[in-house]
Amino acid sequence: MKKGMRMFLLTAIIGLFAVFTLAGSGLAAGTIKIGVAGPHSGDLASYGLPTVNAAKLVAKDINAKGGVLGKKVELIVEDDVCKPEVATNTATKLVGDHVAAVLGHICSGATKAALGIYKEAHIVVMSPSATNPALTQSGDYPNFFRTIASDDAQAKLEVEFALNKLKVKKIAVLHDKGDYGKGLAEYARSFLKKDKRAQVVLFEGITPGAVDYSAIVQKIKRKGAEAVIFGGYHPEASKIVTQMRKKGMKTYFISDDGVKDDTFIKVAKQFAEGVYATGPKDVSKNPMTVKARAEHKKVYGSDPGAFFENAYAAMLALCNAIQKAGSTKYDAMVKALRTDYVDTPLGKIRFDKRGDATGVGFAIYQVQHGKYVELK
Amino acid sequence: MTALNEIKKSLLVSIWFMFLTFPIMVIKVNTVEQTISWRWNRLAAVGIGSFCLSFVWRYMLKRKETGAKKTALGNGGELSAVQRLLQNPRFFKPALLATAVFALIYPFYFSMYQVNIMTTALIYVILGLGLNIVVGLAGLLDLGYVAFYAVGAYSYALLHIHFGLGFWACLPIGAGLAMMFGIVLGFPVLRLRGDYLAIVTLGFGEIIRLILENWNAFSYGPSGIANIPRPGLFGMHLTIHQSLIYIYFIMVAIVVFTIFVVRRLQDSRIGRAWIALREDEVACQATGIDKTKTKLSAFALGATWAGMGGVVFAAKTTFINPASFTIWESVMILCIVVLGGMGSILGVILGALILMLLPEYMRAFSEYRMLLFAAALVVMMVFRPNGIISAVRRNYEFKGTNEKETA
Amino acid sequence: MDYFMELFLGGLTRGSIYALIALGYTMVYGIIELINFAHGEIYMIGAFTALITISVLTMLGLNKIAILLIAAVAAIIYSSAYGYTAEKVAYKPLRSAPRLSPLISAIGVSLFLQNYVLLAQTSDFLPFPNLIPQFKFLKAYGGIVQSSEIVIYVTTAIVLVILTFLIKFTKLGKAMRATAQDRDMAMLVGVNVDRVISFTFVVGSATAALGGVLIASHIGQINFYIGFIAGIKAFVAAVLGGIGSMPGAVLGSLVLGWTESFFTGYISSDYEDVFAFLFLVLILIFRPSGILGRTDTDKV
Repeated sequence: MKKGMRMFLLTAIIGLFAVFTLAGSGLAAGTIKIGVAGPHSGDLASYGLPTVNAAKLVAKDINAKGGVLGKKVELIVEDDVCKPEVATNTATKLVGDHVAAVLGHICSGATKAALGIYKEAHIVVMSPSATNPALTQSGDYPNFFRTIASDDAQAKLEVEFALNKLKVKKIAVLHDKGDYGKGLAEYARSFLKKDKRAQVVLFEGITPGAVDYSAIVQKIKRKGAEAVIFGGYHPEASKIVTQMRKKGMKTYFISDDGVKDDTFIKVAKQFAEGVYATGPKDVSKNPMTVKARAEHKKVYGSDPGAFFENAYAAMLALCNAIQKAGSTKYDAMVKALRTDYVDTPLGKIRFDKRGDATGVGFAIYQVQHGKYVELK
Repeated sequence: MTALNEIKKSLLVSIWFMFLTFPIMVIKVNTVEQTISWRWNRLAAVGIGSFCLSFVWRYMLKRKETGAKKTALGNGGELSAVQRLLQNPRFFKPALLATAVFALIYPFYFSMYQVNIMTTALIYVILGLGLNIVVGLAGLLDLGYVAFYAVGAYSYALLHIHFGLGFWACLPIGAGLAMMFGIVLGFPVLRLRGDYLAIVTLGFGEIIRLILENWNAFSYGPSGIANIPRPGLFGMHLTIHQSLIYIYFIMVAIVVFTIFVVRRLQDSRIGRAWIALREDEVACQATGIDKTKTKLSAFALGATWAGMGGVVFAAKTTFINPASFTIWESVMILCIVVLGGMGSILGVILGALILMLLPEYMRAFSEYRMLLFAAALVVMMVFRPNGIISAVRRNYEFKGTNEKETA
Repeated sequence: MDYFMELFLGGLTRGSIYALIALGYTMVYGIIELINFAHGEIYMIGAFTALITISVLTMLGLNKIAILLIAAVAAIIYSSAYGYTAEKVAYKPLRSAPRLSPLISAIGVSLFLQNYVLLAQTSDFLPFPNLIPQFKFLKAYGGIVQSSEIVIYVTTAIVLVILTFLIKFTKLGKAMRATAQDRDMAMLVGVNVDRVISFTFVVGSATAALGGVLIASHIGQINFYIGFIAGIKAFVAAVLGGIGSMPGAVLGSLVLGWTESFFTGYISSDYEDVFAFLFLVLILIFRPSGILGRTDTDKV
């Protein structure tokens, strides 16, 4: 009996492996394949899944109109859990699948680990969310493009706003110890240090996912900070803002793209009122954005999540580049990306030599009556 | 009658699961728009699915039980089919040869992706074998093993940045540093036992990660270290594919070396001291084994392999940041050891290959990947509680040469 | 002094939150010596069930307090059911297995439940309504403490008292203690060990569910991953207090909460967790079985 079960288990496992290997090697001819990589499971999945939705919507749209270069767009969605080592697996997998371009990765760290592999395989990579400045500024990754502003650009905007418009003297800079948040906070601090008008009274990382932030909120109060610059994502931001407001603090709260998300307002509700955040120029009236969001709602039954517009724009830019280049050849695609403007939910964009999108203006928003409103 | 009974049981199970999954599977609320969508078809799927699966589940459980009974009734020392095969040199030798040949030709027949994931799996093989020393042999539950892995990876990255040291110089240094950390951790936890030890090691792992995250001046913080060079081969220029194959062979060599050392260790004086420690601490001390030395050596040797794995890991990914060294990583390595079979070298190797390759092959299931992986973890544990291949207890039998004299 | 007081209260809130989860942890551990990795996920399931119930009921237009109570009951029922099922499916078949096997199985359950909620619901953070009414008398204290925090303190205390009563004075409690001491012996004297273990899981899960509702209501948002971090912290707290001991779990949680709060307040939140863990190591070095844990001497 026991032996029989062992044999059964063994054959089951071998069979399983065989099936997966075969399933993985199935090739579809006559399509243009675009890889979509990012965290689709684990704690950061909420930042990766909206990009998949965006890519699916764009692909559906384009395929309905006849595809790119007469071929259908096929998505190859791969999970990287935001971990560098898994990202290299994902990258080699996508390279092996002969993708024409990659939409992703989401986290800067995973992107950096994967880029070397794409670079050698001559594959264009476009991230909707990797904001680490070195990705475009170091010159190491000529195949990298992004539809989001880098950390330093955002930090600069935040700092200038705090100094020129709010005219605060004491600023607390907080971050979530993460790749994105801490990078941004570091830049904000260095800009503040160069500019002598204000003083950084507090520079600290908070622990993401903690159940209560009252200690750090007390500390902000005690240090007499007039404004908080926070680098990180909306779940932590909403907890901090809520606790600050409940304690009756009127301290300005300035944050980044990771907070300029409607979920932030929905979670923090009345306490979100008055919060500032940087983000791409107001695109909510852009007909493409309206259409994209409405479609997301129709297909998935909810409002899109983080980086949705950026991903939508990136996907459009990639498809456009292939169309304009007339092929999926690397050099032609890069040239098309750099020269041709494309209409996206973020506006008319193309990419500069370093890979940053031009035409994506950044602006400061404020929550007014439960909505992010662009401040002119 | 029994058939009817079985159906009744399955029906109950399916009703229970339908009840269980009802709110989360069926109702989807949008708290913002205040809308609810009801997804009744899912309930039906759950009902039918659990109805069918419960038959399989009970059947398998029954088989497992009768199997267990048989071994209990028969001679207790009966070896499993795999183990018996392994001890038979007529099977063992060709199998070993076949594995060796397969390992040698593997990278030339499979794609870069396959080579890459296999290399990752091999790194986990040595991590598993290292942790096996601590958990499987010495019986010390370590939930912070990833800390040593991080030490290895960061020592290569930092030594390369600051002193320009290469991969081959860093491999022993990384291993040595990790060993030192193992001893440092070993000292305070000598007094602790069981799960108190587990939580302290967990804390140690988290401390290392948090320091790497916070201390920017030292570790470059959460944005990590990029452009770590892959190992060089006499200054030749290698494409990524070639250097991945090269790393693959380095890993194969390290794995062979590890197996050799661990086998030797197991049968050595210190190895038996570890096993004695695992079985009964008090009795072990009573036989005159130095508990401090034994425990420390287990920690130190376990950590050494992790350090080595870390160096190769940094060289392979070329980019490291603290996100690779979370507690989940420790947990996964522990799963490898337990699932493979504590104390069994072959078991741990199989465990590492299965647990590391399964999520990759499960990519075919896209979003259901981790769900199925988790289910597989539970199922494997339930049906093979001793691991895939449980360790063979070494028996030293008195073969009775003195019979004549007594008679 | 005000600052100290505020940090003290912040630590108390954190501690009480940890305690609600740690109590279940410690109960399960006490009885079958299993580090129930999936306990945090049970808490998350409770919070999700509550959120779903609340949303449905809000549309029906019920009174806030009634909604809160019904949601809490629903959360308790469902969390208990999940805890019970997890025990039956993943831990019970492993009762005679080596000690670490159920741990791996628990890790599997934890991962499964996380991904189950991720797939069946959403990966996004969902806002959780604050249904605990603002107490009028707190106005005078200028927002030092919120009503939700008061509710959390009080609930933790009540749960601790009820559980202590349950274990000390009821027949079932006696059976639980017997099973914890020696399972085989308990079986011999006629304790239905399987039932006792199931019951422990049900009670532990119910406590976690209560925690889930209150904490979610206090924080105002949930997603599928909240259980993991909270679970780890609660586990640390339970060990700190002496795992298996109920007052120990609460005390350990409070100590952990205060440690974090004061360290953040007076030094830096950068190394908050580092310090919390170092503190844990220190305590365990001097008291190897936690603050209130029993120190068993080995018998040969």
